[in-house]
Amino acid sequence: MIAQAIRLTARKSRALLGFRLPYRAQRYVFIYLVLAFPLLYFLGTRLLPILYAFNVSVREWDLLSPEKPYVGFDNFAALFGDEVFRKSIVNTLIYVGVGVPGQLAVGLAVALLIHRIRRFRGLFRTIYFIPYVTSAVAVSWVFRWILMRNGWLNQTLLSLGLEPQLFLQSHRQAIYLVILTIIWQSIGFQMLVFLTGLEGVPRMYYDAAAIDGAGAWRRFRHVTLPLLNPVIVFSVVIGAISYLQTFGQVLSMTNGEPLNSTRTIVLHVYALAFQRFQMGSAAAATVILFVMILALTLLQFKLVGRKVEY
Amino acid sequence: MNQPSRYGIKLASALAALLVVLTACGGGNGKGGDASPASSNAAASPQASAEEAPSSASAEKVTIEYWQYEFPAKVELIDELIQEFQTLHPNITVKQTNFPYDQYSQKVATLVPAGKGPDVINLYYGWLPQYVASGYLQPLPEDAFPPAQIESDYYPLVSAAKLDGAYYAIPTAVRTLALFYNKDLFAKAQIAVPPATWEELVDAAKKLTEKDDKGQFVVEGFAWEPGAQLHHWFRDGLLPQAGAQDLSDDRRKVLWDETPAGLEAFQYLLDFAITHKTGINGFYNDDINAFKTGHAAINIDGSFRLGALKKDAPDLNYGIAPLPSYKNQSAPASFWANAIPKNVQGAKLEAAKEFLKFLTSKEVQEKWVERVGELPAQKAVGSQDKYVNDEKLGPFIRQLDNSKAHFFIDENQERTLVVNAINEVLLNKVPEEQALKDLVAKTQKIYDDYWAKQDKK
Repeated sequence: MIAQAIRLTARKSRALLGFRLPYRAQRYVFIYLVLAFPLLYFLGTRLLPILYAFNVSVREWDLLSPEKPYVGFDNFAALFGDEVFRKSIVNTLIYVGVGVPGQLAVGLAVALLIHRIRRFRGLFRTIYFIPYVTSAVAVSWVFRWILMRNGWLNQTLLSLGLEPQLFLQSHRQAIYLVILTIIWQSIGFQMLVFLTGLEGVPRMYYDAAAIDGAGAWRRFRHVTLPLLNPVIVFSVVIGAISYLQTFGQVLSMTNGEPLNSTRTIVLHVYALAFQRFQMGSAAAATVILFVMILALTLLQFKLVGRKVEY
Repeated sequence: MNQPSRYGIKLASALAALLVVLTACGGGNGKGGDASPASSNAAASPQASAEEAPSSASAEKVTIEYWQYEFPAKVELIDELIQEFQTLHPNITVKQTNFPYDQYSQKVATLVPAGKGPDVINLYYGWLPQYVASGYLQPLPEDAFPPAQIESDYYPLVSAAKLDGAYYAIPTAVRTLALFYNKDLFAKAQIAVPPATWEELVDAAKKLTEKDDKGQFVVEGFAWEPGAQLHHWFRDGLLPQAGAQDLSDDRRKVLWDETPAGLEAFQYLLDFAITHKTGINGFYNDDINAFKTGHAAINIDGSFRLGALKKDAPDLNYGIAPLPSYKNQSAPASFWANAIPKNVQGAKLEAAKEFLKFLTSKEVQEKWVERVGELPAQKAVGSQDKYVNDEKLGPFIRQLDNSKAHFFIDENQERTLVVNAINEVLLNKVPEEQALKDLVAKTQKIYDDYWAKQDKK
């Protein structure tokens, strides 16, 4: 089937080029052609809109009006002059700064535990993975009800003789509770990534370390962690990008309130674009987010991606 | 070898059957399409067809599109009204498109630039300045909707749709806020009549509040959710009731803290949570839920809630009363109104005008009250005894003469600012006077930005 297709491309390429390519080249032409299709799709649905967003970010575009006058960097200046946007940048960094390490720590802990057990391993893996495939909105609402002023958690606190908490109504607690919800939801993904990484660590290193007298902590510190480094880099990068784009849970749980304490950049972009119709400012905010993601990713590759010598 | 061929036969016969069904449907559709204008022509009264005759001779068939948000009662009624309208105007076909409420602006905003716009669009009045500022709407044609007539026939709050001296939208129905009270909880607290003044509301709320031995709410005396309807109550209820002004006459200046009355109104709203402790935000998630489940004795909500309560809480024993008053009477009002986009011209514009006239007719307004539960927008319709004396609708309608609809530049942002100001007091212990001052300054900035843009044009 594939051979037939390769032959077909070869015939076409010969008709096009006027000479016959060697078989190896024919194969590569075919492979590149196949790979090019998704690339074209990616170009049309991702890359062009990104470039277009750059263009819109220097224009004043009220979504409903046909005119889009060029305004230079006015949109950016206005954004940085807006305390709510500045707050949303700080918040977004908190989401990343607390969320990524939190998610990695919990994910690694669960993975190490599951890696240890023999029985019911599949069952536990499935249970921990379920939240990841549950709708973010549904999860957010369940947490919202648990954390409600007179919800389950406050009832429990009261029955233990403790003070009830404001939780999502508090501008000091809300952001960490949203982060906790996101972490809870992504444990499954993180666990799976670490489990795959752990499978790749050869047993003999542990045995050798044990013979040398290394305890559990030292084995973890000097064998597991360094060998998991590539997996950790991957997780940090993917995690940071996803926390930088936090949106769904915030929209469902707090809508950025109270006092803008949970508002993220993406939520601000959403409000600018579809509630205030200021497409120019919204595009400018996405460009800022783009730069942040790019910078953070490069930085992470530099910091966490250093080769570990043994 | 045998099986594939059997499958083949099955497949072929299934395809054949499908083809038959499809052609039958197509034929049916075609026939229906041909038949309905003919039959509606016949069905139309002689006078209607006589009226139509001169115009239809020259006019071609026109299709216009009507957009509104997804509210089942409204969608169903509009579908019926379209049928009725098409019978009266056989040359005009109306197509209805709906979007979920919380995605409405988003859908409009993405589809309109893509050239998929409506010919008549239903908009929340608070969005009008944004739509008008972006040049998306045209003023209502004055031959069909003379401003003087709108001002004499409609309740005064409709003037919120008047921008730069022209009306840009016209509603079929309007809504006001009123006091919803749980009759069972009132009986339990031995309160005979709903509160009618500010003082009475405080007293009643205190008496109705029920807390457990740990000081936690069991029943809120007065549901307190600033982000729901209370921010409207503050602007269009409490402020004018206390004698303060909302905006300057030219709608350029926010006047809430101009007189001590503004601070009094702001404090009155906050006192329920801070001093009287008769209710708090987030109890049972929100005020609607708390009231619906019998955990709030009083709530301030709109006439649009009547339908939902009937459906979700049919056994809830509740009554409606006008909002308590202080120095003056005033109730917040709002409306969804129909507007015509700027690019609608020629035959489509004529058709849109006809459809709008139909939607604002007395008959449609009456149907709207009965089916949707919103109040008639015209005085002559609303003041009929059957509505004014209705146990549930009456209190809403009786407030219409003293109702106000704040001129929103950006409803969402203005709401958030009020909620934030309240949270500053609640969470950060900012003095009320300071919080109000900041709120006015931030709201004023929205107005300044808007007017600066308007003046540039």
